[in-house]
Amino acid sequence: MALWTAATEADTVGGVPARFVAAPADTAQAAEVLRAAAADDLAVVVRGGGSKLDWGMPPRRLDLIVDTRNLTGVVEHAAGDLIVVVRAGTPLAGLDLGDQQLALDPVRAGATVGGTVAANTSGPRRLGYGTVRDLLIGITVVRPGGMVARAGGKVVKNVAGYDLGKLFTGSYGTLGLITECAFRLHPRPAAHALVVRTAPAGQIGALLAAVRAEQVVPAAVEIDAPAEGPVTLAVLVEGTAAGVRDRAATLEKALGGQATDEFPPWWGAYPWTGAGMKLTAPLSRVPDLLSHGVALRGSAGTGVLYADVPVDAAPAVVERLRAAAIRAGGHGVVLTAPPRVREQVDMWGPVPGLELMRRVKDQFDPGHLFAPGRFVGGI
Amino acid sequence: MTVLDRLADVLRSGLGPGRVISDRQELRTYECDGLAHYKVTPGLVVLPRDAAECARTVRACVEANVPFVARGSGTGLSGGALPHADGVLIVTSKMRAIVEVAPDDERAVVEPGVINLHVTHAATPAGYYYAPDPSSQQICSIGGNVAENSGGAHCLKYGFTANHVIGAQVVTPAGDLVELGGRAPDSPGYDLLGAFVGSEGTLGIATRVTVRLTRLPESVRTLLAAFETTDQAGAATSAIIAAGVVPAAVEMMDALAIEAAEAAVACGYPAGAGAVLIVELDGPLAEVEAQFAQVTALCEGNGAFELRIAADPAERALFWKGRKSAFAAVGRISPDYIVQDGVIPRTALPEVLHRIGEVSRAHGVRVANVFHAGDGNLHPLVLFDDAVPGQAERAEEVSGAIIDLCIEYGGSITGEHGVGMDKAKYMPRMFTDDDLETMQLLRCAFDPAGLANPGKIFPTPRLCGEVPRRHKADEPRPAELF
Repeated sequence: MALWTAATEADTVGGVPARFVAAPADTAQAAEVLRAAAADDLAVVVRGGGSKLDWGMPPRRLDLIVDTRNLTGVVEHAAGDLIVVVRAGTPLAGLDLGDQQLALDPVRAGATVGGTVAANTSGPRRLGYGTVRDLLIGITVVRPGGMVARAGGKVVKNVAGYDLGKLFTGSYGTLGLITECAFRLHPRPAAHALVVRTAPAGQIGALLAAVRAEQVVPAAVEIDAPAEGPVTLAVLVEGTAAGVRDRAATLEKALGGQATDEFPPWWGAYPWTGAGMKLTAPLSRVPDLLSHGVALRGSAGTGVLYADVPVDAAPAVVERLRAAAIRAGGHGVVLTAPPRVREQVDMWGPVPGLELMRRVKDQFDPGHLFAPGRFVGGI
Repeated sequence: MTVLDRLADVLRSGLGPGRVISDRQELRTYECDGLAHYKVTPGLVVLPRDAAECARTVRACVEANVPFVARGSGTGLSGGALPHADGVLIVTSKMRAIVEVAPDDERAVVEPGVINLHVTHAATPAGYYYAPDPSSQQICSIGGNVAENSGGAHCLKYGFTANHVIGAQVVTPAGDLVELGGRAPDSPGYDLLGAFVGSEGTLGIATRVTVRLTRLPESVRTLLAAFETTDQAGAATSAIIAAGVVPAAVEMMDALAIEAAEAAVACGYPAGAGAVLIVELDGPLAEVEAQFAQVTALCEGNGAFELRIAADPAERALFWKGRKSAFAAVGRISPDYIVQDGVIPRTALPEVLHRIGEVSRAHGVRVANVFHAGDGNLHPLVLFDDAVPGQAERAEEVSGAIIDLCIEYGGSITGEHGVGMDKAKYMPRMFTDDDLETMQLLRCAFDPAGLANPGKIFPTPRLCGEVPRRHKADEPRPAELF
């Protein structure tokens, strides 16, 4: 049987056409594909649901797309141990774990588990549950060249060996193919409520501080800031029915807002249409990211916001937003942009520790065959 | 003049007086960490006062091709800070500044020698604390916690050191100072910080650590439940988790561990208990009250014959005193003991405890069990008397058999103490050669010369000599379609 088939016109990554597509169904097949790919010196990009395939820089070279569409399904759900082992191509949104949940918000329709790990995406509830790196407890990967390696395991508490799961989280497919992930789970809460308040941008800092000052243990603190006009703050609390009622009442008082069980339409969705940035800042400096004349949305409770960068003004806006984030002590990364914008801006901005990162890449992928050029510093 | 003599001269002139120890007697003070049955006198000890001195020390080691080992308070229990006889021990005890407590950012910035509990003390006036709390939190250092990713009783709900460290300034094994992570989340690039935490001193030395502070909970409720058997206590634990409750902590002690704790600190646990559970819930008041009633009922339903609810912080402290002093207390009932640190899936608890009992009886070696039941992290205390010929060997066998059980049930050889020197030999039982080789790629990226804490974690270090191919400009040759 052929390990890969000829690519079609649809098989492009960031505008770069591939020559072949492989869709292995398990780790062993994936290893066989990657052994053969290395022998033929093929440049590889991994594709999950394709929902973030336009993120990062286009690959410098591309021969083979390894598609995870057949690499799906739950390998093990140990409910009593609150863990799940799932194959990388499994759609995140479709995971049915009964009264338990993998507390990662699907932020893009069609996103897979593997793509969520590789791009390290997180949604509103990262405040309450942590991000991919906090929930991932074990990982199986196929290295460029086809060697299968595993790190971590199936227990939550485990410090044996290096935590390669963290290294692969957010690595944009540059270190190898993720085939299976083990996660810790959380019970699905019995009840939830949101308290929503709209206020001028200048008041948001005080409102965020007011939320922090209360004992409400929010699962999410989100803001939606249009390019002009007032900002909407929405705080999510989860738990027992009585506890949620109590805390929502506390928040209504603290914010002068309204409690509801309806999520606002913008909840957990990126605000951009053409070009999008991710801006980070320490909590107290989140208000400094507002009022730059662009639409922003995201997790004000953890200091991670997403910006809609107008394509026509992109280079100037990217510079302005990035400068604001860096002044605040954070970073500004362009996640996606049309080709002409990519040519004009530095997608990643300054990256501390870049030399070490290059050495990590050289060790894991000495031939620079995995997603070459997609990641920081041209990695 | 030996290499170490020359290095001592270089360091003395570079760092100034009082930083370098080379006197044989003084060096012996540092010959082991908390795992006292391995002892190696370090070649030199250096006590840097800041990051620059630490980097300078590492660079001098690199130039002299001398291995170095970092050490905080020395409370590690896997020999992770065991010195190298021909190397330098870099002790962070003079780097003890709490640089900043920033409640508005929910962050604290500290030097590596800062004691874990002191971070919480510094943050408490502002209504915050530092969540990871190893049982040794009164003496262990943050730098050591970062190196070992050491946990504690409250990991079940609040996560591990790796979840609470968001930035670190690190001296790499090449002697460079780099910033990993930062005060804001999600730094761009590889998550080198995530890989660094728990790397046991093999990827460098943290010289400044930015940690997440956690809001002090509105309400804390602590229950002590006594059962006749560990099976009942295990069933109660499972029932609590199955009910969708995530306690801040669920700790278990068996009869022998209780006996030891009573002998040492007279904690007054219920008489005749075959197992005691300490369950702690924290969070918003209404939430805690509702779930506490649920937990109490589940303990009763699973056979608890006595329930005590801490009425105030003093009573809570007494409940915890027995648990937290259990390791030291075992000294009252046994001259020597090995603390094991394995992990099993929580649902396997009753079965594994039975099998530990079988192994214990078969070898004629007593095992006291005290552990984090909520996350399956066992701490069997294997008791022996070194003065009795053959007992130490038998205890070692039992200890190893327990690790094999953890692997057999899909668990881990260490939950919080680290691999260190002690468990490097078990790594191939948990991981394949390919797994270990892959981990060592990371080691080679950070430490191509292999000078940072050599001999720890990996039973057979990999040579990092291969020169990786650089970017290739040429087009790939056509692949065959087959």
